[in-house]
Amino acid sequence: MNDAFPWITLITLLPIAGACAVLLAGRWQIAWSRALAVAVATASLTIALLLWHRFDANSIVMQFSESHPWAPSLGMTYHVGIDGLGLLMVVLTAIVVLMSVVASWANPQHGPVYLALALLLEAGLFGTFTALNFLHWFLYWELSLIPAFFLVRLWGGAESARASTQFFLYTMVGSVALLIAFLAIFVATGTFDFLELATMAHSGQLAAALQQHLRVSGMVLFWAAFLGFAVKTPVVPFHTWLPATYAEAPSETTMLLTGAMSKMGIYGFLRILLPIFPEQVQRARTPLLWLAVASIVLPAFAACVQRDLKRTFAYSSINHLGYCVLGVCVAANVTGLANEKAAALTGVLLQVFSHGITAAALFWFLALLERRSGGFRGLDDFGGLRKIMPVFSGLMGIAIFCSLGLPGLSGFPGEFLIFKGAFPLAPWPTTVSLLGLLMTAVFLLNVIQKVFSGRLNERWSAMPDLTTREILAVAPVLALMLLLGLDPQLIAGPIHATVMQWAGQVRF
Amino acid sequence: MLAWTIYLSFLGALAALLAGNKRPQAVRIIALLTTVAGLGIATAAVVQYQPGETLTIARLPWIPQFGVEYYLAADGISLVLVLLTGIAATAGVLFSWNIERRTGEFFAFYLTLIGGVYGVFLSFDLLLLFVFYEIAIIPKYFLIAIWGSAQQSSARGQSGALREYAAMKLALYSFAGSGLVLAGILAAWVVGGGKTMGLEALAHTDFPAHFQMWVFPLVFVGFAVLAGMWPFHTWAPGGHAAAPTGASMLLAGVVMKLGAYGCLRVAMTLFPQGLAPWGFHVLGLGSWRDVFALLALIGIVYGASVALVQRDFKLVIGYSSVSHMGFVLLGLMTLNQVGLDGAVLQMFSHGVIAGLLFAVVGRMVYDRTHTRDLNELAPMHLARVIPFAAVVFVLAAMASIGLPGFSGFIAEFQVLLGVWQAMPWMTAVAGIGILIGVAFTWRAMTKAFFTATPNSPATHHLPPITWPERLGAFLLLGATLAVGFYPRLLIDLILPSLNSPLFDGLRNAGGWR
Repeated sequence: MNDAFPWITLITLLPIAGACAVLLAGRWQIAWSRALAVAVATASLTIALLLWHRFDANSIVMQFSESHPWAPSLGMTYHVGIDGLGLLMVVLTAIVVLMSVVASWANPQHGPVYLALALLLEAGLFGTFTALNFLHWFLYWELSLIPAFFLVRLWGGAESARASTQFFLYTMVGSVALLIAFLAIFVATGTFDFLELATMAHSGQLAAALQQHLRVSGMVLFWAAFLGFAVKTPVVPFHTWLPATYAEAPSETTMLLTGAMSKMGIYGFLRILLPIFPEQVQRARTPLLWLAVASIVLPAFAACVQRDLKRTFAYSSINHLGYCVLGVCVAANVTGLANEKAAALTGVLLQVFSHGITAAALFWFLALLERRSGGFRGLDDFGGLRKIMPVFSGLMGIAIFCSLGLPGLSGFPGEFLIFKGAFPLAPWPTTVSLLGLLMTAVFLLNVIQKVFSGRLNERWSAMPDLTTREILAVAPVLALMLLLGLDPQLIAGPIHATVMQWAGQVRF
Repeated sequence: MLAWTIYLSFLGALAALLAGNKRPQAVRIIALLTTVAGLGIATAAVVQYQPGETLTIARLPWIPQFGVEYYLAADGISLVLVLLTGIAATAGVLFSWNIERRTGEFFAFYLTLIGGVYGVFLSFDLLLLFVFYEIAIIPKYFLIAIWGSAQQSSARGQSGALREYAAMKLALYSFAGSGLVLAGILAAWVVGGGKTMGLEALAHTDFPAHFQMWVFPLVFVGFAVLAGMWPFHTWAPGGHAAAPTGASMLLAGVVMKLGAYGCLRVAMTLFPQGLAPWGFHVLGLGSWRDVFALLALIGIVYGASVALVQRDFKLVIGYSSVSHMGFVLLGLMTLNQVGLDGAVLQMFSHGVIAGLLFAVVGRMVYDRTHTRDLNELAPMHLARVIPFAAVVFVLAAMASIGLPGFSGFIAEFQVLLGVWQAMPWMTAVAGIGILIGVAFTWRAMTKAFFTATPNSPATHHLPPITWPERLGAFLLLGATLAVGFYPRLLIDLILPSLNSPLFDGLRNAGGWR
């Protein structure tokens, strides 16, 4: 469906305009700026759902696309559009940002500037997930980093200076590597357009052009581009910035980081690495698979020994995205098995979405807990909370079980499909990564036991349970987890055509 | 019309001198009007310019016996730099609004410098160019020596005498460079038959290859001294740091561009054969092109690394200029269209961004806090006390590290494209230079502005940001954003000019069409 109306431009610019309005409103009345931020985030979600509604699930071409020349001599065009992948990411972003903005509502420290930065981050994410020209995409990729840096730096905990700088520098290293790889591609091919490059890569023209013009192997460029996404996702061993950043950031910001920003890496794998470097992914498949396994297993063990709840969930986040990387890597297979590849890739997308809302919800609960405890968030600081806060414990328990992949909740179909697809395609790595699944269960149950059960820590005996407003705020998210757990087709439907196209066409 | 940018600047200087030191407000307004008029003329010329043409502005015989003419002309490349001069000069006046001591003389020197700079960018006769070049150098000495600031004793161990030292060093380096340039120009005149000093005529003279081979490095180095090429850069950071804000803005913004412009317009245009391979290799270097590209690369990485460990905020920016100008020189040495385009764009971009950085550090921060020591600035909660300065510096820092959306990205990315084509392995090193650039910029930014959280109370009071400062900041930010989002504004001026007959020789040397 080619809509004449520039929906995507609108959804990208809306949060930027919203951010300016929030800043202005904040000059008069802080409360207005809060309401305005929620309104803008809601409007963005509405547009995202509208896109979802009007999206033609049977088509494999880019929809709602817009293309205008920008700087032709530099191969720069304003080219946006979404397929199933882009659509999913846009909707997820809109949901997570709305959650985060609502969660910030009650936090008096998060004034207009904070909210404006969160909205800017949303704009950057929308842009990243819709732009189809490298330069245009890179603009948003970097744009999203700046507000994220300041959110961590200025509103974070005691160690936030170090954490935010590490986060920024790691990501910049990846970005520069990515930029240099794409410059080489442009020198060889004269285009920055993702779709054109994918076509060229598919027909083998790209590799020939690289050889002819630059005498560099595509492999070098592949690893450079991989670095960019591996840092962002993150893939072990490029993950070391993450636990510190997630722990030091205010929980509302961590919601954004883990819920939406970490998906930029997976998006890059699917939109850029697989289509543009098919041969290289295939050749690098074995090391990539073991990196994915490492990203699943090691963080799960690390999460077991953390004493800080935010760090526990931060490591859990790496672990969950590791499944996505595994799913992507197994799909890079030479042999046919299109069904298994399709299963794995569908699983990846389901997992991306589910992890986005689940992780955001978990950090939301941590934010609520932190606010009640006055900043305490250690694993051993609590105990027996279910006696005094039954509603909180119950609802957070649902989110934890969803994260664990309990059938009936949204975490299950994704992980199940990834393993279903991955096992026949790569038996050994998949088997080893089951260890990660086991450890996930161990540390999550440990959290439940230490925090919710056991002897009540007298210090918190007066801790209030969730208010009705808070329950109403988190309820839709939990309902969504349940809904997607029971009916994964809701997401698998719109992305089906896209996934089948990857699984069938990709020359792996 | 364009010639009036030069004449008006000199007239303005005279008027400032006549108005004298007793009437500072009148002098400021004269200076502002002069520079705004220059900017207006430059903008009008850019708007009317037909891509690719060479505008002849004035052409009169001057010393006919030696074939010297008063020949002013402009192509797209000159226009970009004239526009930059207009912007930087106007912003510089706005950020010098608080000069109270000997105001008349300050602006007289300032406008003389500007006039000289316009003159260099518009001269198509070598002797004329050289004369303007010298006119631009002399006021710099006085601006630094009289109105400069002593360095922080705590930061460097040596104190007060620094501004005289910096001014003298800068002047000596400049004159040494000029000496080389003059020798080269005279040699070209003699070998060219002693009939003309015209740039176009000489560009189409077939100088013997062996002559070009030794005169090219002479002239190139002569100009590159002023562009801050490593290892001849040492005047730059100290000079920048010691200069008053307006002068550091001009120094980094346009004076360093004089050098880079001379490298392209004179050295490379007249003696393209000097870039050809020697036929033998020394340490893996096979031509002057390799040598200068390597020096540029060292400048990029070295400047950034040194900036990473400075405690003096202004020195951080000063060394960053060395690093960013390295990209200009590296772009020139790619000898391909996209690299040269990037180099010229980087001249513009760095002029605007460095100007902005110096404005924040020198005017908004130093003039208020009287310290440039990052460790002393850290506990001042500056983001809270002068939030405008913090926001401007964040944007300038983003522009400086080359984030997309700002002119620096468009420029550096074109240089890197050119480098990929010409000497691929250097791209990786330049990439490392960019990363160190990110690190030092971010370090200085967070140290100076964001050490305390926004919720910590403001502990002291500083004078609020004034309107001239705001206007200047908006002007510079607007320029870098406009080019960043719509690079065709300048690319459409530069690219066609690179294909003009003037660059025939260089084009053949680089092998691009």
